[in-house]
Amino acid sequence: MITLEKRPQPSKLWTAITPVLAVIATMIAGGLMFALLGKDPFIAIRTIFWDPLFNEQFAAFSRPQLLVKAAPLILIATGLAMGFRAGVWNIGAEGQYIMGAISGAAVGLAFHPTESVFIFPLMVAAGALGGFLWAMIPGILKVRFHTNEILVSLLLVYVAEFILASMALGALRNPEGNGFPGSRNFKEYPSAFNAELLPNTGLHWGVVAAIVAVIFAYILFSKHMMGFHIRLAGQAPKAARFGGVEPARLILFCLGTSGALAGLAGLFEVSGPAGQISIDFNVGYGFTAIIVAFLGRLNPIGILLAGLLMALTYIGGELASFMLGVPSAAIQAFQGMLLFFLLAVDVLTNYRIRFGKREVV
Amino acid sequence: MDERLSIAGEDLLTIEGLTKAYPGVVANDHVSLSIRPGEVHALLGENGAGKSTLVKMIYGLVKPDAGTMTFKGAPFAPAEPRAARATGVAMVFQHFSLFEALDVAENIALGMENPPKMRDLSARIREVSETYGLPLDPDQLVGDLSAGERQRVEIIRCLLQNPKLLIMDEPTSVLTPQEVAILFQTLEKLRGEGCSILYISHKLEEIRALCDYATVLRLGKKVATCNPRQETARAMAEMMVGGELHVPQKTPRQPQDVALEITALDVAARAAFGTSLKGINLSVQKGEILGIGGVAGNGQDELCSVISGEILSPDAKVKLAGAPIGQLGPNARRALGVLAAPEERLGHAAAPDMSLTENALLSGAVREGLQSHGMIDWGKTREFAKQIIQKFDVRTPSPNTAARALSGGNLQKFVIGREIIQNPTVFVVNQPTWGVDASAAAAIRQALLDLAAAGAAIVVISQDLDELMEISDRFAALNEGRLSAPVEAAGLTVDQIGLMLGGAHDLEPAKVAQL
Repeated sequence: MITLEKRPQPSKLWTAITPVLAVIATMIAGGLMFALLGKDPFIAIRTIFWDPLFNEQFAAFSRPQLLVKAAPLILIATGLAMGFRAGVWNIGAEGQYIMGAISGAAVGLAFHPTESVFIFPLMVAAGALGGFLWAMIPGILKVRFHTNEILVSLLLVYVAEFILASMALGALRNPEGNGFPGSRNFKEYPSAFNAELLPNTGLHWGVVAAIVAVIFAYILFSKHMMGFHIRLAGQAPKAARFGGVEPARLILFCLGTSGALAGLAGLFEVSGPAGQISIDFNVGYGFTAIIVAFLGRLNPIGILLAGLLMALTYIGGELASFMLGVPSAAIQAFQGMLLFFLLAVDVLTNYRIRFGKREVV
Repeated sequence: MDERLSIAGEDLLTIEGLTKAYPGVVANDHVSLSIRPGEVHALLGENGAGKSTLVKMIYGLVKPDAGTMTFKGAPFAPAEPRAARATGVAMVFQHFSLFEALDVAENIALGMENPPKMRDLSARIREVSETYGLPLDPDQLVGDLSAGERQRVEIIRCLLQNPKLLIMDEPTSVLTPQEVAILFQTLEKLRGEGCSILYISHKLEEIRALCDYATVLRLGKKVATCNPRQETARAMAEMMVGGELHVPQKTPRQPQDVALEITALDVAARAAFGTSLKGINLSVQKGEILGIGGVAGNGQDELCSVISGEILSPDAKVKLAGAPIGQLGPNARRALGVLAAPEERLGHAAAPDMSLTENALLSGAVREGLQSHGMIDWGKTREFAKQIIQKFDVRTPSPNTAARALSGGNLQKFVIGREIIQNPTVFVVNQPTWGVDASAAAAIRQALLDLAAAGAAIVVISQDLDELMEISDRFAALNEGRLSAPVEAAGLTVDQIGLMLGGAHDLEPAKVAQL
């Protein structure tokens, strides 16, 4: 019989290799799924993982896209990881992302058509503030009234979506847009445009912000008391209280930081790759970032790699549905498998498999 | 040394050469013993001596690698507890497996293979509880019961199976002296009916009073047998340790200034089944050890948290050397020298999955200067952890080992050492030697005495009354959230302590039916 035996302490080796194992398992199970759909599994997997980066025909377009897609995922996931490690479950990053985009865009549009170097920094600040304040709603409700932050933050996503629609149709609608929904396009407003810093690389300010966030988060977790307290609160809440952690302060810090980073991601997206506030501006980065955070083991460096991998499956998935006619639902299932396998093999970090007779009941 | 020859066919249970090895450790190495009908047989040994493994093999929870067991003359190899119970072996565990939200009868029915109708079961419970002098109401919610009453639920659950052999693991650790007396009367009655009892305890005086025979285990091997009535507690302790036992020395002290003072403090219970503190008055002088006795769950955790700063109080109700500190959190109090070691080692005093180094930082960051402007000095923290490990003889491969990988006794030495090494001016410790073996317990008590001699005010909260008598200057009892007025510990008798513990209201004297 196969039994699971608890390890005396978590295995460092398995912590490192379980994500790789999960990716391999996803490729196998995903390949089976593609085969059942009548597609050649090897070509499908190659189209998703290899072609976007190295196929001469597609790489020129796909490679910059990698950074564009990965940046918001990494930025949001880094913030979420802080909360997740502390046991504060912000599921509503999508809403904070939308509110950050709206606030930042609103500040930028308010200055139109003035040109000034101060406009973009102001928009960045407003974007972060928008996400921060939106995340403070579940934060303050949790601290004051012990509401569940999972439900509140999640439901606020739908509120944010309605606000987005109303902004795109109302207050922020382009006055010169012939009545079409959507704001002015920031591509036509240089002071507010989040342009590529190096041509054809996809590198924009959001990518820089994501890297800075990863570095800061790394230092926070490894060297700073706040990071220590976050880990402590997540692992042993009573020990955290004994160690002098104030739960309310920690909850507000984690929600606030993740909200602000999600807001930043929204702002960089709306002022750059997306270009405008539109009804369907958000594409689910806030939810996908949850997968990225766990795929990266809630570790900033891991999140950096996981964000790039996830972006790759997005781009590769689009390519596969375009080239091979794989339905987009299958691509989403493929991404879901990744999280599923990751959580499934995670058990090996804390348990070892033993073959043999079961002895202890 | 076995003056009592085992007679084939007469013994209830005979164990021959029982061996069980786990990776890296032989828990039981060719252990042999025999239990006679109607005998109370003590199993003695330090933590890790293999007592638990041995009784788990008898109860069918663990399968032996080698060796045989014979029960009433027939080969006995239970594959699971159900088989052991069917043969006539019952066990009361140290940690109860009861559901607080269910009543007594429901809890008992849950543990039975074919529970009768609830009304019949209630009647049976009443009958058994009266026969054996274990007062218990089948309709009461377990959540409302004291630890002693909960234990009665477990015992009655066993007695309903009419066992031939009852195994009891540390049954008295959660009981007041009066409850212990009731338990002993029950056990005496069972013995009179021919039921054998295998009794595990650290409390040697109890064993001397109750047991007919004792088997001593050390590091998995049977090292001695004795008749406890003819030995001193000290002699038995030395058999367990395998050497001379160091007994802590207490030096007389002079009255000094008051260090910590709590006045008329009420604290509401934080959780369902938690305890609220009512009108707590307490003062400890410099260099004094105040012992607080009582069964855990009567406000011990709450009192410890009130002093540590985990529970905040109105400012003036908690004072350090006359200055109010009620509104200060744990780290602000640490800065002033108020340190604490909570009871629950894993999860409260230490984070289970964190390394010893990280756990050293947990409470040492403030006083040891392990951080500046929020940045952690890991090198210094590791040195601090190593210092604790060395000074308090914590057995661990390295400071990078996770706390949960340490044995209970070693982790206890770590979490107590971590505070003592920081030179507290006021130190509160909850259950300092819970689950710690005799020599380590003696070392911890000595460290507390040394700390007091150096001028610290110490509050020791413990269920172990012998321990409190050994080290306290004054003694107070905590029961249902009320603290009795402290009295001088010297000359206090067990009866007086029992009255102070005052749980007398639910301690009707055992009504043992005369047959």
